[in-house]
Amino acid sequence: MNFHLRIWRQDHEKVEGFFEEIEALDIPAEASFLEMLDMVNNRLIEKQKVPVAFESDCREGICGTCSMVINGIPQGPGRSAACQVYMRSFCDGETITVEPFRAASFPIIKDLVTNRKAYDRIIQAGGFITEHTGGAPDASATLISKREADHAMDAAACIGCGACAAACPNSSAMLFVGAKVTHLVHLPQGQPERKERALNMVRAMDAEGFGNCSNYYACEAVCPANISASVIATLNREYVAASAAAAV
Amino acid sequence: MIELDPKIPTGPLKTKWQHFKEHAKLVNPANKRKFRIIVVGSGLAGASAAATLADQGYNVDCFCFQDSPRRAHSIAAQGGINAAKNYRNDGDSGWRLFYDTLKGGDFRAREANVHRLAEVSRNIIDQCVAQGVPFAREYGGQLANRSFGGAQVSRTFYARGQTGQQLLLGAYASLSHQIKSGRVTMHTHSEMLDLVVVDGHAKGIIVRNLLTGELTRHAADTVMLATGGYSNVYYLSTNARGCNTTAIWRAYKRGALFANPCYTQIHPTCIPVAGDFQSKLTLMSESLRNDGRVWVPKKKGDQRAPQDIPEEERDYYLERKYPAYGNLAPRDISSRSAKEVCDEGRGVGPGGLGVYLDFKDAIARLGKKEVEGRYGNLFEMYENITGENAYERPMRIFPALHYTMGGLWVDYHLMSNLPGLYVLGEANFSDHGANRLGASALMQGLADGYFIVPYTLGEYLSTQFGNKVTTDSPEFEEAEAAVRGRMNRLLEVRGTVSSEKFHRELGTLLWEKCGMARSRESLQEALTEIPKIRARFWNEVGVPGTGASFNQALEAAGRVADFFELGELLCRDALTREESCGGHFRVEYQLPDGEALRNDELFQCVHAWQYQGEGKEPTLIKEPLNYEFIHPATRNYKH
Repeated sequence: MNFHLRIWRQDHEKVEGFFEEIEALDIPAEASFLEMLDMVNNRLIEKQKVPVAFESDCREGICGTCSMVINGIPQGPGRSAACQVYMRSFCDGETITVEPFRAASFPIIKDLVTNRKAYDRIIQAGGFITEHTGGAPDASATLISKREADHAMDAAACIGCGACAAACPNSSAMLFVGAKVTHLVHLPQGQPERKERALNMVRAMDAEGFGNCSNYYACEAVCPANISASVIATLNREYVAASAAAAV
Repeated sequence: MIELDPKIPTGPLKTKWQHFKEHAKLVNPANKRKFRIIVVGSGLAGASAAATLADQGYNVDCFCFQDSPRRAHSIAAQGGINAAKNYRNDGDSGWRLFYDTLKGGDFRAREANVHRLAEVSRNIIDQCVAQGVPFAREYGGQLANRSFGGAQVSRTFYARGQTGQQLLLGAYASLSHQIKSGRVTMHTHSEMLDLVVVDGHAKGIIVRNLLTGELTRHAADTVMLATGGYSNVYYLSTNARGCNTTAIWRAYKRGALFANPCYTQIHPTCIPVAGDFQSKLTLMSESLRNDGRVWVPKKKGDQRAPQDIPEEERDYYLERKYPAYGNLAPRDISSRSAKEVCDEGRGVGPGGLGVYLDFKDAIARLGKKEVEGRYGNLFEMYENITGENAYERPMRIFPALHYTMGGLWVDYHLMSNLPGLYVLGEANFSDHGANRLGASALMQGLADGYFIVPYTLGEYLSTQFGNKVTTDSPEFEEAEAAVRGRMNRLLEVRGTVSSEKFHRELGTLLWEKCGMARSRESLQEALTEIPKIRARFWNEVGVPGTGASFNQALEAAGRVADFFELGELLCRDALTREESCGGHFRVEYQLPDGEALRNDELFQCVHAWQYQGEGKEPTLIKEPLNYEFIHPATRNYKH
């Protein structure tokens, strides 16, 4: 298959970027989107040109390293990460636009690579349960219903890729933050720090410059981990309850 | 020559670890603050060690090459984590987990280490639940278990098909907490490119900031490598693209011994290769073998669609050959059996390199809904990659490189022969012998980081008061210059071939000559071929751009250069080990029925290799494996 690529090139944050037109010729339909980019890059290296920078790691859709927008969709078409997009889902001869995540809180590092450390900092603000290694009670001492465990797992499946904020017109990170808060809300171990967690994570999110949710649901539509937007409702409820409790 | 002392405590097997813990040297809280620890890697082993040690009061610098510690490859582990909880009352015990692991490793691991692993396995589950890891639960609220290859009990804990993700996110959460508290300084996008050894002790590292290209020096009281395995030496593997050998390889070149490099694990259930553009192989969790049945047509070159092949013309070869374990035979045995039937011309799919994993009977027995509940995400993943629906037609699977049991040599304390250098998780060689059982990698990574190194570290640190080094010493100077020189050499080739092409060439060669089956002849061929490809690499590789910038081509080329050197050592080790054991199958050494023929008299030992300098043959140092408490039997999964 042949494709006409429009790829974002930008050397670093301080310079302006532009779309470069690149022909990707003789690409097997079974190749993944990233394998297509590998082939393009190998050909650039053969011509002693600088290859397109993009990040990927596991290429199984679980590590969350992928961070590109394909034809306007963060993580590309389909319900997984960009590494799980296959060339057979495009038409022969199609023009494909590839650009980095667009969100002010994810500054561009180079080409398709963005800095998503803001998400790490939000987790550091409260996305954990305080415990010391060792001395934990027997794992089965606290029973957790399958229903609650499943709800926790649904939210815990978040891969932290940033597609939610990249898709949102407000660059809101509330799907990401809501997923972590919801995961821990459903577990008895998450209860002691429940209020501080909601407050601290929301404050950190605001400090990073992410916007608020205004119910576009774009985040849910692109999330590779199928996180439901209902986690945002949970986050709002937790935040309001915690704020009210703090005011008393 | 170095005498290897594994430092195994004396006394009965069952009390060795307890006794060690009760008598190990401690560092008091006020002194912990004075020590700085470098942890390289943020996967299960690295993150758990960094978080635990920081929580105890040490100053920790943690490094990862990814953009976030949460991306480490542990995240991709699917199936589960073993623990001898015996919640099922099905006869499990610490002893049984110990014995299964040792036997699964074909009696090529240290008895005492493996027993300790089985002991602490229970604490890991407790720890993870306390962190909020959402393990699968029964309706009554108890933890759910599943069975896994190489075991006859259900001792595997899991979180859907994403157990590694949940365990890593648990460790990452603890690490994040410690980063916030200021006791861990996290260095992301930071690749360790050399180890600094001062007066024989590991005291620092040289790191390249991948975003700016800047080289920095870091000094500490001890260095811990938790940098994962080297499956990517084969180019195609189930490992993430970034997984590499560079950290442990540079440590090897600074004097750390590399043990059993030829012990590589080939996982039986991966999606077959689709073409020469392929960048990685995708694993289908071994848990699928709980309900899926493996088969190939009885007839050679049978081109019929699987549903058209009647029952009596199918060969369920694992059930036929290993009735006691059936489809749950250990990984090495399942992989080799798949290779055998494909070599006989009975493989399925493109190039005849595949076998069927069939869920028809499971769907009939359990219903589609239940099968979907257990494996839904895996079926989805399979369909996305292959375009085939596994509810309707059997999956096609084929073995692929997955894990490396070999790694840097460590003693019972997890310290290498270089004092001050600890090696944790897959990066060390210690617990899996010649073959790792399913759901044991997560167990080992977390055991090392949460429960072992925090106890053994005091033994070393308590001897290091007043031994501070600074980064302006000549050793740091020299190491940084070496790193810079190597990088410049790569940049100065100015060739036109991508390092990926050379990597693929090396990988194909290793897969053919040192893969599921190895022979003296094939290994000798590989040892002649590798230096030739390597020489071409150093003449033709193209690395555009500069060293002082974000340059992924340079990162990749540096890693491939190390893979070439490791590939050679791997073949040399495989050639020297004149027996078959676990994942190492030498065609010259097999039983009449094709099973592995071990040679306990000559090879019941660890092969540890010592670097002797550029262009010189490494020296082989043997550590005998003494089994005091169990008798190494011939592995039998038939009865």
